[in-house]
Amino acid sequence: MSLVQRALSGDYPRSRVLAVALLLILVGLALAPFVFPGTRSLNVAAKVCVFILLVASYDLLLGYTGIVSFAHTMFFGIGAYGIAIAATKLGPTWGSLALGCVAALLCSVVLSLVIGLLSLRVKTIFFAMITLAVASFFSILASQLSDFTGGEDGLTFKLPVSLAPGTKLLETAVFGVEINGKVLSYYIVFFGALFLFLALLRIVNSPFGRVLQAIRENDFRAEAIGYRGVVYRSVANCLSALAATAAGILYAIWLRYAGPDTTLSLDIMIDILLMVVIGGMGTMYGAAIGATLFIIAQNYLQDLMKLGTDAAAGIPLLPNLIHPDRWLLWLGILFILSVYYFPTGIVGRLRGVK
Amino acid sequence: MSATKTSAAPRDPGIDKIPLALIPLVALVALPLIPSLPTWVTLTVAGLAMGMMIFIMASGLTLVFGLMDVMNFAHGAFITIGAFVATSVLIPLARWSDADSLWMNLAAMLPAILAAMAVAGALGWFFERVIIKPVYGQHLKQILITMGGLIVAEQLIHVIWGPDIIALPKPMTLRGSFILGDIAIGKYRIAAVVVGLAVFAAMFLVLNRTRVGLLIRAGVEDGEMVEALGYRIRRVFIGVFIAGSALAGLGGVMWALYQETVSSAMGMQVMILIFIVIIIGGLGSVGGCFIGALLVGLVANYVGFLAPKVALGSNILLMVLILLWRPQGLYPVAKR
Repeated sequence: MSLVQRALSGDYPRSRVLAVALLLILVGLALAPFVFPGTRSLNVAAKVCVFILLVASYDLLLGYTGIVSFAHTMFFGIGAYGIAIAATKLGPTWGSLALGCVAALLCSVVLSLVIGLLSLRVKTIFFAMITLAVASFFSILASQLSDFTGGEDGLTFKLPVSLAPGTKLLETAVFGVEINGKVLSYYIVFFGALFLFLALLRIVNSPFGRVLQAIRENDFRAEAIGYRGVVYRSVANCLSALAATAAGILYAIWLRYAGPDTTLSLDIMIDILLMVVIGGMGTMYGAAIGATLFIIAQNYLQDLMKLGTDAAAGIPLLPNLIHPDRWLLWLGILFILSVYYFPTGIVGRLRGVK
Repeated sequence: MSATKTSAAPRDPGIDKIPLALIPLVALVALPLIPSLPTWVTLTVAGLAMGMMIFIMASGLTLVFGLMDVMNFAHGAFITIGAFVATSVLIPLARWSDADSLWMNLAAMLPAILAAMAVAGALGWFFERVIIKPVYGQHLKQILITMGGLIVAEQLIHVIWGPDIIALPKPMTLRGSFILGDIAIGKYRIAAVVVGLAVFAAMFLVLNRTRVGLLIRAGVEDGEMVEALGYRIRRVFIGVFIAGSALAGLGGVMWALYQETVSSAMGMQVMILIFIVIIIGGLGSVGGCFIGALLVGLVANYVGFLAPKVALGSNILLMVLILLWRPQGLYPVAKR
């Protein structure tokens, strides 16, 4: 048991239903290549892994520190582009991947520090506005510098040979599944995301994390006890940016592609917001629940809505309301309701009933 | 009002003139960089026109923030809705707006603009009542809630008007340009500058010369005190919110005609410019917002001509420079 306790940093799900759900997610993702071997479902599983990490890192900022950033996709994008640019310019070797990682992480730290120092002294709103402006600038930059970033088309690149789908790693199939480069890269994504998620859980349950929560609840009082709000906020901002960059790196490794629509766009920022709020702010596990539900819904709910649209054909306006492309409408309404009525999201609800 | 003279209040220092000087300064710096004088004039007018349109859209937002401490991230939705409502009115009236007669053009434009402002204002009222009211004073929730409102509003626009980009031609009278010697100035830009100046003048007069304006200004300085004097500040709040939303609707129409297209994403695109303008001006300051908008418009046009690649980044650079000089923006509002 002590292993579990150490892995979870003593922060248990504290609800039986939640524990079962999390276990299901963990086992499902761990065995995804064997249980859901199709290309589409494996893509969904990898995306879930990446977004759990991405949303958890955003939760560190929004839920634990109480600051709203719109630049999270920027750091996500830096990670993805870091790998992509290194792999296209320096060739598909492990060395260039490592270089890309380091460069992306460094770039994120510096940028997040600069943004933080420029704007974290002041109000939440100011920070939100500045990050929105900077992030939009960054995504424009990425599409303008097309020699470097591939512009709107993005960059498709090659990974080292052992990660290529055509590479057989084991002679014999395991449970009827061929162990190839694709499976290996899935496990890199899975274990990378799992490790970093547990690291984030460690951070929020450390004394440092407690200070963050104190600042969130009452920064005046925290300041009076002697904790410098700006320093703690800036460090939280950097850590969160680093984790988001790592998520971007993993995503690029999985997709072997980096482009503005998959990493930098404001739509993804809005998705992250929806996931963290619906899952549960300030709980970390909420990120896991929110991201999993959201991405499964994104990929499969739309099929269901399409059936509904076909069934409602002929009735005015109704087919438009349940058109597959309109699923964000319903999520948006759910989002508003959850901010009002259950700000701790699904996780908070589950913990409430026990 | 003479009764207030009894207190030994410090004399009003007057308007801080340094930010005012920035606009001619920017224009003069650009003069030697741009190869020909006619180009410079064209760009300057274009910049001023763009600035005026941004000001119309941003002024409501900054005033609402100054007065109620609410930053409405869904302001962009009012802009988009305004543009779409005007499109719906203008498309059946296309014959009038294409006619080569000023009066027929006006007959098409006026109902379109009024409808846009009315719908945006009504939506603003609904927003204030339903979405924002429960979260006054909680910044984090305000940002989240208004983002949620933005998502829902954008999706509803898709439901009603469909996802496609709609073309919206300018009325006949405002197409083309005036030619003065070598200088060509777009007619629409002149119109935008005129409307912008009119809105600014009206706002300035209301804020500085009327009783309501006095209450609004007092509310920005110290809302509790105004309430203690027996005024219902909530009513002023709602009025300002509705007016600000209606102005966003007007700005949306103007911006859509300027771009000659309407799309559901336009609100969000403009919002980024608006945020930059509000930050430059000092959160909550209408005067600062005016100067900020003109600066952004001018810089965007000059840089767009000189170095198109960095044009979009120039606004961010301008914002950073201004914040390094005055961390609270051009005209900091006292209590923030």
